[in-house]
Parts: sequence; structure tokens; C-alpha cells
Amino acid sequence: MTDKKQDLIDQKLQDLNNDGIDRRGFLKCMAWAGTGLVWTMSGGIPVSRAFAKNIGKDAGKGGDFSFVQISDSHMGFNKPANPDVVATLQAAVDKINGLPNQPEFLLHTGDISHLSRPEQFDNVDQVLKGASAKDVFFVPGEHDVLDDNGKSYLERYGKNAQGAGWYSFDKKGVHFIGLVNVMNLKAGGLGSLGGEQLEWMEKDVKHLKHSTPIVVFAHIPLWAVYPEWGWGTEDSAQALGYLKKFGSVTVLNGHIHQTMQKVEGNVTFHTAMSTAFPQPQPGKADSPGPMKVPAEQLRTLLGIADVNYVRGQRSLAVVDSTLG
Amino acid sequence: MTKKNVWVAGLATPVMIAMLLLLAGSPSVTANDQPSAATAEVKIDNFSFGPQTLTVPVGATVTWTNRDDIPHTVVSTDGVFKSKVRDTDEKFSYTFAKAGTYPYYCSVHPKMTGKVVVQ
Repeated sequence: MTDKKQDLIDQKLQDLNNDGIDRRGFLKCMAWAGTGLVWTMSGGIPVSRAFAKNIGKDAGKGGDFSFVQISDSHMGFNKPANPDVVATLQAAVDKINGLPNQPEFLLHTGDISHLSRPEQFDNVDQVLKGASAKDVFFVPGEHDVLDDNGKSYLERYGKNAQGAGWYSFDKKGVHFIGLVNVMNLKAGGLGSLGGEQLEWMEKDVKHLKHSTPIVVFAHIPLWAVYPEWGWGTEDSAQALGYLKKFGSVTVLNGHIHQTMQKVEGNVTFHTAMSTAFPQPQPGKADSPGPMKVPAEQLRTLLGIADVNYVRGQRSLAVVDSTLG
Repeated sequence: MTKKNVWVAGLATPVMIAMLLLLAGSPSVTANDQPSAATAEVKIDNFSFGPQTLTVPVGATVTWTNRDDIPHTVVSTDGVFKSKVRDTDEKFSYTFAKAGTYPYYCSVHPKMTGKVVVQ
């Protein structure tokens, strides 16, 4: 990052800290800043810093912690876009184990397997056992619930879940909600949460304090990234409606195999890279299928998302790192 | 031995005559026009069904082939037929015994829709 860009970020930070909020300018700044950036949330307003150097010094104090989001490992995929998805998942685990601040746990935002086969789930579990963080929280992608309506997924990952696999948990003051939006998809439609899950979610957050930081994670984006390719969830607005009272909401998704960010009021949306293969930018190809890139470029388009929470600031910061 | 030959000849002759009559009487008739033998193909390419609308006679068997690097399904919107997940180059066939319009979609990527019209 050039000094000029860094200066611009610092300037924007100062504006934000002085309550001279200039979100339009900030977002413009984000557009060129791309993925090598920390997102910090403060009272629902995101601020950014050039990443890595500022995270380390405060992390680990008090209730601070971090977790890592991985996504779309597509175990079993063996086409030209990546003939060795085991190796790239292993590289993601190595990346996690090399982080300066070790994450408390991992979130996997779905498409664990390519074809929902038991040996594919087994392989992912096996590779993830090598991660320093032992707890992994999953939500299913559409590739994890093929043919059996999610039965084998639920048997393996849904022991503490409701319905098709949704659940929530609390970690050091942050409330996490794992949602399922890949079941009972209707012809011509997008991702779907469904009435039963929405009802559950409304009750789940009803009694939480407004100051509770919320992290929602689900496979398909909970915002309209590109509906033409099915990159959105038809009833996400209702889900997000239940979160309006909270000052800090972070939504983490996968599915689109690339990073994308959006800020809307109190909500920061973020999508993670895949550990298996990249997909084209919206509308930049005939279809959202796997994108074949030169072998030496592949790992620069795969990656993980390191998410940091610093207590007292109600802040969350997302750092995307590539595998190569 | 002799008896068998006679039997074969006895059967073969009327069949051959029937075929000759058929060819002579209506030269445009081919096997594909007969409902019981009709087949048609739908290719899955780039997350779409091609052709998106397919018209076939009653009794036709339609075969879908997935030519993408990503698995798809072929699922009737009205619950008439449903394929297992089809990975690259895998096929699914269904024989349409009744006239009607059969909309379908990929249950993994529901933006993918198509229609078979059976007449």
C-alpha cells in the first residue's frame, strides 16, 4: 500500500473518530483498498487500518479474541480449476496455525464437501484436526445437502442444531448465529431461510442487549450480491430486520469464492475466499462456475478470513489473507 | 435343422414384405417419428439447460447431460421427476408418457430452469 493511500485511510479514520463521518468517502477508499485490510467496527461504523500491525498489540487482553472463517473447501472437487483441494485446505490450516494471534475457533461457512459424500466430509475433518484451534462451527452449503435433504450433514454436524442445522452460541460477549439458507430452494429463486428458521431467529435475539455484538454466518450471501447468478437470499431482509436494534452486526458468508464487502447502516457484510477454487466476478463470465487460472496464481485467489474482536470497543475486524 | 430353417424363412418373409410395403407406401416415415422410439437431448452448459424449452412427442425419452465442472440436478417443479445429483458428464433420463408441460429446475442452483412440452 502506498503512503498516499495509507494517509487517506488515516485521514478517514480521523474523520470517523471525530464523528465527522464521511461514509461515501470511506467506501470509495475501501474500493481501492481491496482485501489487504483490517475492518474494525466501532458503534456500528466500520473503520479501516492497514492490516496486521495494529491487531497484534491489543489482542489477547481481557475478553479479546479472534476466530477464523474458512469456506468452500469443496472436498472431492478434482477438475482443472484445482486438481488438489486437499493441499489447498492444508495450506489454509498452515496459514491459520501461523497467525500471530491464535484463533479461539474456526467457522466453516459451507460447501465443506463437493458432493456430500461421507469420505469427503471425513477428509475435511481430518485436515482440520491439524489446526491449532480445535473447535469448528459449520453451516451447510448446497453441496453438503445433495440428494438426502441434509440428513447426513445433520448427523455429522447438527448435534446441537435446530431444524435444518441452524444454531447460536455466545463467546466472550459476542453472540454468534449460524443460519442455513441452502434448503428447499424454489425454482427460479435465491437462497432461502424459511419461516421456521426466521421465527427461531427472532426469538433467539429478542432478549439480547442492544450493545451485544452480533455475528451472523451462513453460506449464501445474506445480501443481493448478484441475483442473476443466485448470489443472494430471498428472505434475508426479514432476518436482518431482527438485528436493527444492535449497534454492531457482522455478516459472514461464502458461496461466491471471492471477497466482497458492503456496509449498510449497522451491518457489515463480508464474503470469504474459498480454499478450493476461485469464481469469476459477478457477470464477468458466462456462468459462476470454477475459474481456471494459471497454476502459480491459484493460491493468490484462495484464502481465509481472520476476525478479531476487541472488547470495550464493540469492534470486529476482518482480515483476509490469501494462501499464496 | 430343416424344420428350423423353414420356420425362420416363414417368419422372415412376411416381415420383409411389411417393411417393403412401409418403405414404398410412406417413404418419409423413419423410426424417430414413432412415439415409442423418440429421444431428445438436453445439455447442461454454463449453468443453463439447452434448449431451455424442448418439445417432444408423447412417449419420448429425454436425456440430460451435465457438461459443467459443477454438479447439477434435474427436478420437476411439480414433483413428476427428480434426478440424483449429476456430476460432470453424468446423465439423467426420463420418459414422458403423458402430454403436458413439465417445468423443471436445478435444485442446487434454482436460477437454472427449463421446460419440456410433451405433445
